[in-house]
Amino acid sequence: LPAAVLLKDTRLMDVKLGQLGTWLAMRDFTPGGIKGALRRGYDRYYNKYINVRKGGLGGISMVLAGYIVLSYMWSYSHVKHDRRRKYH
Amino acid sequence: VLHTTRPLHTTQQSLAPVPPLPEKGGEVRHGLIPEEFFQFLYPKTGVTGPYMLGTGLLLYLLSKEIYVVNHETAAAACILTVIIYAIKKFGPEVAAFADKLNEEKMASALAMKNEAIQILQTAIEEEKKEQWRVEGRSYLFDAKRNNIAMLLETNYRERLLMVYNEVKKRLDYQVAMQNLKRQKEQDHMIQWVEKNVVQSITPQQQKESIAKCILDLKALSKSAHAAV
Repeated sequence: LPAAVLLKDTRLMDVKLGQLGTWLAMRDFTPGGIKGALRRGYDRYYNKYINVRKGGLGGISMVLAGYIVLSYMWSYSHVKHDRRRKYH
Repeated sequence: VLHTTRPLHTTQQSLAPVPPLPEKGGEVRHGLIPEEFFQFLYPKTGVTGPYMLGTGLLLYLLSKEIYVVNHETAAAACILTVIIYAIKKFGPEVAAFADKLNEEKMASALAMKNEAIQILQTAIEEEKKEQWRVEGRSYLFDAKRNNIAMLLETNYRERLLMVYNEVKKRLDYQVAMQNLKRQKEQDHMIQWVEKNVVQSITPQQQKESIAKCILDLKALSKSAHAAV
């Protein structure tokens, strides 16, 4: 019988859908916790795609694509007026 | 303040040797989508699943005009074309150049490491040699002891010679003193005898002895003339 892991320590992909609410509530939302989460995310991405011997194009292009998508989302309310049809 | 109850160095982690960098980064397909996404959808939808998803998503965005086609789209299309063309054409060269820079850095670091190891190796050998040299110190001390013994011997003999010379000088002095004394006594005695004899010769005896001498001389001269 494997040792039961606390819900707090499970990873996101192992959380069942019903437990998602509780799991989200148990996360650390203090400024220190958010900073730690951002640092961890950055480290994961950096060590996987950029800090390698023969890095490729994907490392930076994914960041740029994400930036393009984010900036489109932020400027959607402005772009909305260029729509060709009124009803979709 | 150091809390001595806190355990120190309980884990096995150590900073060296640092694990080497992985050779290649995570796989990315078409430069935009990580390979994990395709693997995630493969069991349920096979190989074409993600592409179908992409096409459907694109059509949905276009038809609902969540993505609006305006002047920016035209600009983006031109820019992307140029960028993709440039990447396809010059990509491998740039990659080779970057790899060469990396190689040079690695080679110089490796050379430094090897040089340091070499220096330490020679230092170890020198140290061993010194240790071997130390073993010969018994010979050194024997030689020194011999030297000192010789010096002592020489000194002793010198002093012995000096003693002998001094004693001889003193004895010679005594001998010379005795000789001198005897000689003086002899001389004195001879002189006294001569003086007394001369005194005892009276004038009468002197005349007689002189006349006798003249007669003898005449006789001798006659015999000498005869011989010639």
